[in-house]
Amino acid sequence: MAWTQDQMAARAARELQDGFYVNLGIGIPTLVANHIPAGIDVQLHSENGMLGIGPFPFEGDEDADLINAGKQTVTALPTTSFMDSAASFAMVRGGHIDISILGALQVAENGDLANWMIPGKMVKGMGGAMDLVAGVGRVVVLMEHTAGGKPKLLHRCTLPLTGKAVVSLVVTELGVFAIRPGGVVLVDMAPGVTIAELREKTEADFTVDEALKQAA
Amino acid sequence: MAVNKIFPGAAAALAGVIKDGMTLMAGGFGLCGIPSALIEAVKQSGAKNLTFISNNAGIDDAGLGVLLQTRQIRKMISSYVGENATFMRQYLAGELEIEFNPQGTLAERIRAGGAGIPAFYTATGYGTAIAEGKPVAEFDGRMYVQERGLVADIALVHAWKADPEGNLVYRKTARNFNPMMASASKMTIAEVEHLVPMGELDGDHIVTPGIFVKRIVLLDHVDKRIEQRTVRKREAA
Repeated sequence: MAWTQDQMAARAARELQDGFYVNLGIGIPTLVANHIPAGIDVQLHSENGMLGIGPFPFEGDEDADLINAGKQTVTALPTTSFMDSAASFAMVRGGHIDISILGALQVAENGDLANWMIPGKMVKGMGGAMDLVAGVGRVVVLMEHTAGGKPKLLHRCTLPLTGKAVVSLVVTELGVFAIRPGGVVLVDMAPGVTIAELREKTEADFTVDEALKQAA
Repeated sequence: MAVNKIFPGAAAALAGVIKDGMTLMAGGFGLCGIPSALIEAVKQSGAKNLTFISNNAGIDDAGLGVLLQTRQIRKMISSYVGENATFMRQYLAGELEIEFNPQGTLAERIRAGGAGIPAFYTATGYGTAIAEGKPVAEFDGRMYVQERGLVADIALVHAWKADPEGNLVYRKTARNFNPMMASASKMTIAEVEHLVPMGELDGDHIVTPGIFVKRIVLLDHVDKRIEQRTVRKREAA
């Protein structure tokens, strides 16, 4: 059975380590904040100029001057700092953020990522995605395995790229794929999913992690 | 006798400086920290063929969306415009030009422009469409794209507090692009929520020094909109 969005987020949250500075993208990646493992303390970065994002405010406490990168009202924490956009992206570009978890339209087997544009259809802009994937060492993609029945994990991206060879790990509702210098390795599967099913729904070539083979 | 930087209103602050075809910057992220009163004054001025450098394009009836509706904007330099249907319609009809910049690149271009730096290199966007036509170079084994500094004829910013010298302090995430933009123009106009006497702002806490601010407008009312109101329930006592 496929993982739910919350289970995908929880799986991605296992990539977090104590003391990490973390940037979460809009959509499913935002759910990762609800699944941070016990004993792991992280600071969430919001590229609009906030380090240390607190939970949503109580009703009536919303502050128009206090939003996250998804333009949602949030709260501050005792650790919170505010900074201008240039300083915020100095944290990103300068390699100070430990991990970036974001969504994708397509990922290629060499780690290329496309998530900002569908020519002729979607012209919203890349926001901070190009800076995040270029500047952050570990980039985790959380995405649906297929779109309209078509694989999203491909030999080569067909949509305009957000970054070249930037993705480290892909978590879908069906499995987890590590993108390594030698190629893509399937490292985890949702319960009941078979390797044959994943081969059918994945265009990218992948090998299967030894430990996972033994468990399967 | 110091120069008086305080103007009686947004329209007065723009009078005589805004002209057709100019390049302007407007601070803000989404609708947070945008110079709403100054944008309204640009609308009233009727200036046309404007280029706006701003992270977003507002929504249909707020922020720079107001100037898209009146078709006063010819070109936008932005990182994300997803919340504005007017924008999308004008862009797809070929009536509006857009130059997308990655958000961090946009912020750094403005910072660089204000600091007199004509160009810099960043790894952001290397190997993507936004690097096309730009010089690239290798440093320490990694490839980088050259990006140019940005300046504007007029910068419009929103701050929380100012003193008569034009020293500015911002509030929470309403800071965003405002400080860099304040530095990237010789005609920076700040709309402020509070105007305090000289000496009241702690010099250690000033974010934008007054040297970057030419004109100050004290807002008579502050109308802040929230794009995505997200809340949690209070636990029953």
